[in-house]
Amino acid sequence: MSKIRLATVWLDGCSGCHMSLLDMDERLIEIADKVEVVYSPLVDSKEFPQDVDVTLVEGAVGSVEDEEKIKMIRQRTKTLVSLGDCAVTGNVPSMRNTCGPKAVLERLYLENVTIQPQIPSEGVPALRTRVCPVREVVKVDVFVPGCPPSADTIHMLLAGLLSGSVPDLGLLTRFGA
Amino acid sequence: MGQKIVIDPVTRIEGHGKITIHLNDEGMVNRAFFHIGQVRGFEKLCEGRPFYEMPSLMARICGICPVSHLMASAKACDALMGVRIPEPAANLRRIMNLAQIIQSHSLSFFHLASPDLLLGMDADPATRNIFGLMTANPDLARDGIRLRQYGQQIVESLGGKRIHPAWVVPGGVNAPLSVEQRDRILSLVPAGIDIILKTLAWYKRGLEKHREEIRTFGNFPTMFLGMVSATGGLGFYGDGWLRIVDSTGQTVADHVDPHTYQDFLGEAVEPWTYLKFPYYKPAGYPEGIYRVGPLARLNLVNQCGSPLADQEFAEFRSLERGAVLSSFHYHYARLIEILFCLEKMDQLLNEKDILSKHVRAFASPNNQEGIGVAEAPRGTLLHHYKIDDQGRIVWANLIIATGHNNLAMNRAVLQVARHFVDGKKLQEGMLNRVEAVIRAYDPCLSCSTHAVGQMPLEISLIGPEGEVVDELRR
Repeated sequence: MSKIRLATVWLDGCSGCHMSLLDMDERLIEIADKVEVVYSPLVDSKEFPQDVDVTLVEGAVGSVEDEEKIKMIRQRTKTLVSLGDCAVTGNVPSMRNTCGPKAVLERLYLENVTIQPQIPSEGVPALRTRVCPVREVVKVDVFVPGCPPSADTIHMLLAGLLSGSVPDLGLLTRFGA
Repeated sequence: MGQKIVIDPVTRIEGHGKITIHLNDEGMVNRAFFHIGQVRGFEKLCEGRPFYEMPSLMARICGICPVSHLMASAKACDALMGVRIPEPAANLRRIMNLAQIIQSHSLSFFHLASPDLLLGMDADPATRNIFGLMTANPDLARDGIRLRQYGQQIVESLGGKRIHPAWVVPGGVNAPLSVEQRDRILSLVPAGIDIILKTLAWYKRGLEKHREEIRTFGNFPTMFLGMVSATGGLGFYGDGWLRIVDSTGQTVADHVDPHTYQDFLGEAVEPWTYLKFPYYKPAGYPEGIYRVGPLARLNLVNQCGSPLADQEFAEFRSLERGAVLSSFHYHYARLIEILFCLEKMDQLLNEKDILSKHVRAFASPNNQEGIGVAEAPRGTLLHHYKIDDQGRIVWANLIIATGHNNLAMNRAVLQVARHFVDGKKLQEGMLNRVEAVIRAYDPCLSCSTHAVGQMPLEISLIGPEGEVVDELRR
């Protein structure tokens, strides 16, 4: 049996969902036998490849770059998974929607600084007016709530996807879990 | 017209950054930049929220070191309430903090950096990762997974979950330690010590192979800044004082109250990155460059404060006459700190009042301003809050461990690029070394912020007539 081509990406989140993935501990070794990790912060590929079977997305869509990235990933992915509350609902990153990006940038780069106050703008991606969940930008196939979803939840998800089905994770995780 | 090399994203670090290397007409490296391309703005989005939500909210800054943010945030909240928390509660927080440093340092060393060390800087990028390590050296991979697991299991045992536990609260912790929990945690310590001693021995045997990297990986004089305990040892919970030493190991400032940080730390902004540049104000910007984290801490403490770690510490400090300057040695320092954390945890769990039921102080806010400081895995972490009469946050400032190292990381990238990158004949391994020096600092870009790069690594060198001299992709 050929290996499942798996990618993991993180957009506007805290990396906690990726850490929860690593929290599968030694189960990672058996998973590694069945999947090929073709793109991830954990490996060295620099370009998101074509024909990815499963992509786990952590984080909300916060910048213009996140938006372009997730659209491209959608085109190259068969099953797209919103992993964790930020991807599913926007969660903590979307708290900035009450004040908008301008107020955030002014606080950080004009007010809370000692010298050279300026809003970075050279080669850094612009922030979106609104932080939104992944499903507002592209179609999402599987939603996994949790902050973060536990390692058991992620393990069951992957085990299900490896056998070609989407498992019911309702008893294992919930929003904020 | 010079050329530009872009490495995007920088991989096997906690978060995504981008490196650009500017070449001059002769193909020599001229300038280099480490960019951070995203920002979430916790300093602003917390406004209007009740102060007691801060530990849980601020933990979401980072999934790798949420416990550090819990510590700094809860301590800032203790200060807002004006309470001195029960000592058993402080010790329980310390234990969770040590457990987190074990898991975070293990992640950095085994999962992210060791593929470079074991498989080689020039190894095939397709397998130069933790999964490749599982095949090439399954014992080392399994040791790393287990050591990280012990740290996470201890956090879970105390806080109910591994990432973003809700157990650390303003005033203390929300549940005392049971005998079963204590014994379970104690039972993990010996196996952890076995793994780390074995890893240290393996690592030291291999150091000779990395002589060129040690010489060129962020090896330059800077100051070092960090918290020391009341006895001059490692003090991760941050209730001692700040010490700053120079590159010769001489003390620049000692017994500094971290609550006065605004007097001596400034923050600068550069237009090409969202990560700010803290600097030591008396020296100015950018001359006020300093480093924080494991290397800095071992350069400024008198000793670690536990028997086995102190033996390793003595050996470490004998590497150089003054301070140990090569950023490559962050890895080594990280391993010694893991050993210290395991030993220290054992000491704390044997404190006679560790099972005390009195683990939380209750109070309404009594001060309108509070500052909390802790040593996170990557360095000194500061949370500073102001509240209104109702206890709602009106202002916050955060100085994140990775931020302190921003000046030094940029300088290190330039040093490595100048030494290894030949613009006339590019090789993947050259560029991996530029990334590897960043891995040595173990930056946590989710802490500061992070981005997923949109451009693949694709480099073309164009000659004077517009012809493609060289191309590189991965």
